[in-house]
Amino acid sequence: MAEGARHAKGSTGVGTETLYDISLTVNGVVREARVPARRLLSDCLRHDLGLTGTHVGCEHGVCGCCTVLLDGEPVRSCLMFAVSVDGHEITTIEGLAAPDGTLSPVQRAFAESHALQCGFCTPGFLCTVTALLRENPSPSDEEILEGISGNLCRCTGYQNIIKAVHRAAEIAAEENRAGVPAGSHRAVTEES
Amino acid sequence: MKPPPFDYHAPRTVGEALEVLADAGPEGKVLAGGQSLIPLMNMRLAAPARLVDINRIGALDTVAADARGVRVGALARHATVERSAAVAERQPLLRQALRHVAHPVIRNRGTVVGSIVHADPAAELPAVLALLGGTVRLARHGAPERDVPADEFFLGPLESALQPGELAVSAFFPALPPGSGTAFCEIARRHGDFALAGVAALVTLDDDLRITTAKVACIGVGPVPVVVDVSAECARRPAASADWPAVAAAVRDRVEPEDDIHATAEYRRHLTGVLAERALRLAAERASHG
Repeated sequence: MAEGARHAKGSTGVGTETLYDISLTVNGVVREARVPARRLLSDCLRHDLGLTGTHVGCEHGVCGCCTVLLDGEPVRSCLMFAVSVDGHEITTIEGLAAPDGTLSPVQRAFAESHALQCGFCTPGFLCTVTALLRENPSPSDEEILEGISGNLCRCTGYQNIIKAVHRAAEIAAEENRAGVPAGSHRAVTEES
Repeated sequence: MKPPPFDYHAPRTVGEALEVLADAGPEGKVLAGGQSLIPLMNMRLAAPARLVDINRIGALDTVAADARGVRVGALARHATVERSAAVAERQPLLRQALRHVAHPVIRNRGTVVGSIVHADPAAELPAVLALLGGTVRLARHGAPERDVPADEFFLGPLESALQPGELAVSAFFPALPPGSGTAFCEIARRHGDFALAGVAALVTLDDDLRITTAKVACIGVGPVPVVVDVSAECARRPAASADWPAVAAAVRDRVEPEDDIHATAEYRRHLTGVLAERALRLAAERASHG
């Protein structure tokens, strides 16, 4: 457990529901919110913190659209309560690019390979693939299929998504060879 | 699709959690990974009045493997157990089964003990515990811990021997006997979805590579994991010349699946036979190369 995993600091009763003051480090910035215990992390990010890049599809853990990184590991934000992750680090789609706006290798690869059509599933795919490539920098087709099996694309653009994962691996490898410091993308720094 | 309100507790120690659970009685529900509980709450199929979130109890985040077996604490995530080399060495069936549990992202959050307590008859880990003859350790405020054997733990679909006020603190998976191999095979409509049928197999050979023990645990074909011992059908034959189709037929004939919207009983029975043959063959092969 992270040291920062404090129990909610204060709580205020409104109506019948207790509210909790929580603090999350989202994309490197400490953010505070006052939420009822039943607030899903996905709703906390979108409604309380205004980070609408995290999409909510099925809200029961099947579609993968709401995937974010919790302390660097991809998780379903619709299947956890915001109070549960008080004190932890979250990376959302808004935090994948470098602070100057330079897209991460995964984001660039998705754009280059036409790996998004309507774009609804894209934030979830980008977070999942970012973590996948960090763990396995040059995955096989089979490993990619297994890695993205929990993310649904209803435009069914899977072929290009798989191409994009390979392309992202290439871009990251090229950047490593070219000596781009590994920490130049915010998501990488935060999770290392 | 939003969970109903509940009183929230976030204890930091096991003792504190047990006090809250004792006080909450039947109203209390433990939240670990939440990968089964929160969907049920989002769909309002579950509405616990008091939720005891154990995610801050670091003492439960343990995985220990030794010559006797593997003990998994209540907060150990599927992914941690799946990746552990020490676990794979002592009890390879855990990793073999975990690869079928939902998707990698779900496994980052879901817990092994949570899955066992959830007691879904189509889930993999209850079958692993049942096949290996493992135990679940239950704690209660002001009482000694008790170890419940798998065959007394699973009572029915989503129903376990866990009583109100109790916390499942760990599960124990005994190590494989020497000369043993295991395998887990399942079929689902969609990758990572609940299995229509699945079979975990354990085969033990003697020094002459003859089968001394062969048993399976079948999922999705009964209210609890169905353990079938087919050692007698194997009749101490050498693993290489075992009549696996006949042994698998014995498994198939001993399960009593039911029809549902996903598959007919007959189809599930057929799948169980096919998967039993695959899993037993593979387990025997692994036992021979042990």
